[in-house]
Amino acid sequence: MTANRIKGGLIDRTRSLRFQFDGTVYEGHPGDTLASALLANGVRLMGRSFKYHRPRGPISAGSEEPNALVELRAGARREPNTRATVVELFDGLTADSQNRWPSLRFDALAVNDRLSNFFAAGFYYKTFMWPAAFWEKLYEPIIRRAAGLGSLSRQDDPDSYDKGFVHCDLLVIGAGPAGLMAALTAGRGGARVILADEDFRMGGRLNAESFGIGGRSGAEWADKAVAELRSLPNVRLMPRCTVLGAMDHGIYAAVERVSDHLPEPLPGKPRQVLWRIYSRRAILAGGATERPIAFENNDRPGIMLAGALRAYANRWGVAVGRSAAVFTNNDDGLRTAADLEARGIPCRVIDSRKGEEVIDTSGRLGLTSITIRGPKGIQTIRCDALGVSGGWNPNVNITSHHRSRPVWNEAIAAFVPGRDGPQGLAAAGAAAGRLSTHGALESGAARAEEALVDLGFTAPKRSLPEAEDAPIAITPKWYVHGGTGRAWIDPQNDVTVKDVKLAHQENYVSVEHLKRYTTLGMATDQGKTGNVLGLAIMAELTGKPIPETGTTIYRPPYTPVAMGALGGRARGQEFKPRRLTPSHKWASEQGAVFVEVGYWLRSQWLPKPGETHWRESVDREVLTTRRSVGICDVTTLGKIDIQGTDAGAFLDKVYANTFSTLAVGKCRYGLMLREDGIVYDDGTTARLGPNEYVMTTTTANAVLVFRNLEFARQCLYPDMDVQLISTTEAWAQYSIAGPNARNLLQKIVDQDISDAALPYMGCKDVTVCGGLRARIFRISFSGELAYEIAVPTRYGDALIRELVAQGAEFDAVVYGTEALGVMRVEKGHVAGNELNGQSTALNMGLGKMVSRKKDSIGMVLAQRDGLTDPGGYRLVGVRPVDPARGLTAGSHFLEPGAAAVAANDLGWLTSVVHSPHLGHSIALGYLKGGEARQGQRLRAANLLAGTEVEVEIVSPHFFDPEGARLHG
Amino acid sequence: MAEHRLKPLTALGHDHPERVTIGPVTMTEVADVALASVTARMGRLPDVQGAAAAAGIPLPAPGHWQGGSPYGAFWLATESWMVEAPFASHEDIRALLLQVFGDAASITEQTDAWARFDVAGHHLHDLFERLCAVDLRAGQPGLATRTVIDHLGCYLILRDESLVSVIGPRSSAAVLFHALETAAHSVF
Repeated sequence: MTANRIKGGLIDRTRSLRFQFDGTVYEGHPGDTLASALLANGVRLMGRSFKYHRPRGPISAGSEEPNALVELRAGARREPNTRATVVELFDGLTADSQNRWPSLRFDALAVNDRLSNFFAAGFYYKTFMWPAAFWEKLYEPIIRRAAGLGSLSRQDDPDSYDKGFVHCDLLVIGAGPAGLMAALTAGRGGARVILADEDFRMGGRLNAESFGIGGRSGAEWADKAVAELRSLPNVRLMPRCTVLGAMDHGIYAAVERVSDHLPEPLPGKPRQVLWRIYSRRAILAGGATERPIAFENNDRPGIMLAGALRAYANRWGVAVGRSAAVFTNNDDGLRTAADLEARGIPCRVIDSRKGEEVIDTSGRLGLTSITIRGPKGIQTIRCDALGVSGGWNPNVNITSHHRSRPVWNEAIAAFVPGRDGPQGLAAAGAAAGRLSTHGALESGAARAEEALVDLGFTAPKRSLPEAEDAPIAITPKWYVHGGTGRAWIDPQNDVTVKDVKLAHQENYVSVEHLKRYTTLGMATDQGKTGNVLGLAIMAELTGKPIPETGTTIYRPPYTPVAMGALGGRARGQEFKPRRLTPSHKWASEQGAVFVEVGYWLRSQWLPKPGETHWRESVDREVLTTRRSVGICDVTTLGKIDIQGTDAGAFLDKVYANTFSTLAVGKCRYGLMLREDGIVYDDGTTARLGPNEYVMTTTTANAVLVFRNLEFARQCLYPDMDVQLISTTEAWAQYSIAGPNARNLLQKIVDQDISDAALPYMGCKDVTVCGGLRARIFRISFSGELAYEIAVPTRYGDALIRELVAQGAEFDAVVYGTEALGVMRVEKGHVAGNELNGQSTALNMGLGKMVSRKKDSIGMVLAQRDGLTDPGGYRLVGVRPVDPARGLTAGSHFLEPGAAAVAANDLGWLTSVVHSPHLGHSIALGYLKGGEARQGQRLRAANLLAGTEVEVEIVSPHFFDPEGARLHG
Repeated sequence: MAEHRLKPLTALGHDHPERVTIGPVTMTEVADVALASVTARMGRLPDVQGAAAAAGIPLPAPGHWQGGSPYGAFWLATESWMVEAPFASHEDIRALLLQVFGDAASITEQTDAWARFDVAGHHLHDLFERLCAVDLRAGQPGLATRTVIDHLGCYLILRDESLVSVIGPRSSAAVLFHALETAAHSVF
């Protein structure tokens, strides 16, 4: 048996587990936590404090632990700041202490403790104010090195996580007596119940107490209750599952630690699951957290909360020390003394209600003695374990998540949940301030009965087991007066009574200021043990009652959460979906380089063997297309099917130009404006029938346009007979462009597509390759004779292969988005760079497209003075005076000789490409008064790139300005 | 099926539908169903209902799917349904439905807009609670709803207690199938 293991407890002594702490091998048992196993082995020193590097051991036996933080596991799985008090022991566990150098027992940075007078609250704020520039480069790095918690592995997390969604009538948070009774009541009543508890063993405090329930031990009663719940098909038990927060509409977030009790997750299994719990009602039965009393040197390893001291004895069979003492201001503390005595551990009681108090302690790395002041004078006694009980704080945290403020309860000297907590959430048991076991059982049953009735169930006949119902009998005592040393109230942040006094002295008396000035309640424990204590001391200093001094409310999460759990199942690329085009498989085989556009992966260019630079590929694709024929996958453009007897009238509303007059079998280019008159999308819409149109949008705006159309249909024009549905993915669509486009397509299309049969801007239903239904549109983005052909998506792969095969005789090329961009700039077509969210149709040289003969979205506001200024920005073409000079996108126009300052800015280059046809760089840009400046020479300066090029302003139509090729 | 020389690929990019068994569930890509949306034009619902009844096309209530032969359907939106039929006999489903509904409805071919994966087996709710917010444990056969799986808008249809269809965007079929597989490994 290990040094401090005593009889009893809820551990499996038939099996031993070996584990390491700071390189030393120890043994524990299933059912142990890392903290209980270390204490059983006589290890009380588990960490160093944040600021002063004081030796520290656990003060609790649960998730509120501020001190015993370790780095758990090794390598990529190393997890810093893990609370040893909640780490379930497993065979092979490794843990290391943190924030110490070179070792836990001898920590060189403990020198900070000697310099503590310099490190009082506000020290950093006062000391490192000047010079300001030193903070980031000098002060902060030094402070971070000296103070801190654990360190990250800096490796990728090798584990996977998952997420999930569960539904219930009643969520019960916490499986102590109140939670178990609530779940039993609701489960027996037929409601769908989820019972979640952060512990790996359900029962809550019942597992840590010696008193009985209904003639059994608390733990036995809990086991029986759990067994009954497990037998109910409408009840779901979720141990190892911490409810982190109350979200909106009865939704709660919870993390289930699926694999943390294993050396590593089983193959394919997640480490943790982030659950979204949809509940109709919820009961918070999260218990209460004991709080300490502050006195000098109350932070030595071996000093802990009295409830924790007896939990280690009762649940884990661990004597933290062989001679103990309890310092209490209430009757619950006396239970610890009684339980320890019953287990053969002598325990001295120091009861503040009788005028006794602990005024100091000693022991460098662990408690060896305490000094007591009482009616009989001052006395020092030897002991190596001290339990402290200053009362119990109900765990109100989750009730505060919608900003409800807890209210002060004098009877238990603690805050209890306010009445305006999250809708549908009620508190029961200790969380509601009912600190006796009977109170917990009764309130758990009562809250569940209320929920059942609320939800239309019939509550079962109440059957409460007998249980103790003793009052806590507290006489508040917050700290021991008169000392000159440091008395700790928040050990995680090294906040002392003196710090609170200093905050008061410097007028940081608001509870929010107190927190930020002293760091009280920050970091991993979020003040679970220290907040109320700090607040009470401030109240005493200000002479105000505690409720008037203020209350701290809590935010989610209740306990720290691994970032991986928040990420869920997705890793790397999986954080956003990928959309693959119908030609993706073929393009991948060709070695295409892909670019992401609106989640789509589009071919950017398709290199041929021997091409070493992207420009070679793009130039070839452009030149071949203009010389013969090119093929491009344009499936990604949004396609929206618009039908109904008012479809044309509807399009007149959402487009700036008119569509109701478009003939059946024709296409038209359209501009779509925001309400404020700015252009936000463009595209071609075809009229397939009298009441049937198909609209194309830009790739990136497809979803936005559809959403806006739905809004317009449902909210702006509900009387119109119009129906919408996206067909983007239903059709594989390819652009065929170039002088040989018709020749190539005619080999595939079964019907006549001559200029007479399908003139420019015509569209029609056809069949291809011997009978497959298809749609063909004669539209062009490249300025060439061009078509778009669409077939059902499943045939898209076959069609690109067919086009390439049939195009071989024309030397057809498949081109990507880069070549597409080059050709559209050569033709002066606007795209995303010009549709920049601040430009009007007038700016783009398309002002005449905004019809004033009809009402359309954005039409009125597009006429505002500021948007119709004749000297405003206009789309221009730009070319370098010296063709050898390359242009840089984002360069700004300046007059010759003008200083490169904002006041002289005339506009900017929006899109720059190398035109293989012209043999030099060309650009589009927005230039103030651009129309009148054609032929002028300006400078294009880019201060970021350090470039400046003399440019000539020209027409944006660089290539075939008459459009002869288009109609070819 | 039309006679032509183009060979189709499934949504996952294969010649034949993918089929994977993980634990108690089998996931199968379904490519042999044609789809079309049918939405009543304003004021024409009675006409649509009459035509549907005559043609044996079910028009289930909101949140529901109803099977049938050759036509099944699930509810999409107000006065709007997605109609299913065997692909082999109904590849050009829009043309066939136009004969049924005439100008009383707006009909749009949707067959290749979607990828469908049928998930068959026991404990399907254990799998789907990892994937979406649909309360499948409380769901009855015939449940049809829109949901989101790994950022993808999908339809979920509980065809019977041991068969769920997931119908998601075709271009992201691989992403959706990966999500199903990963979740299944995680659960089973």
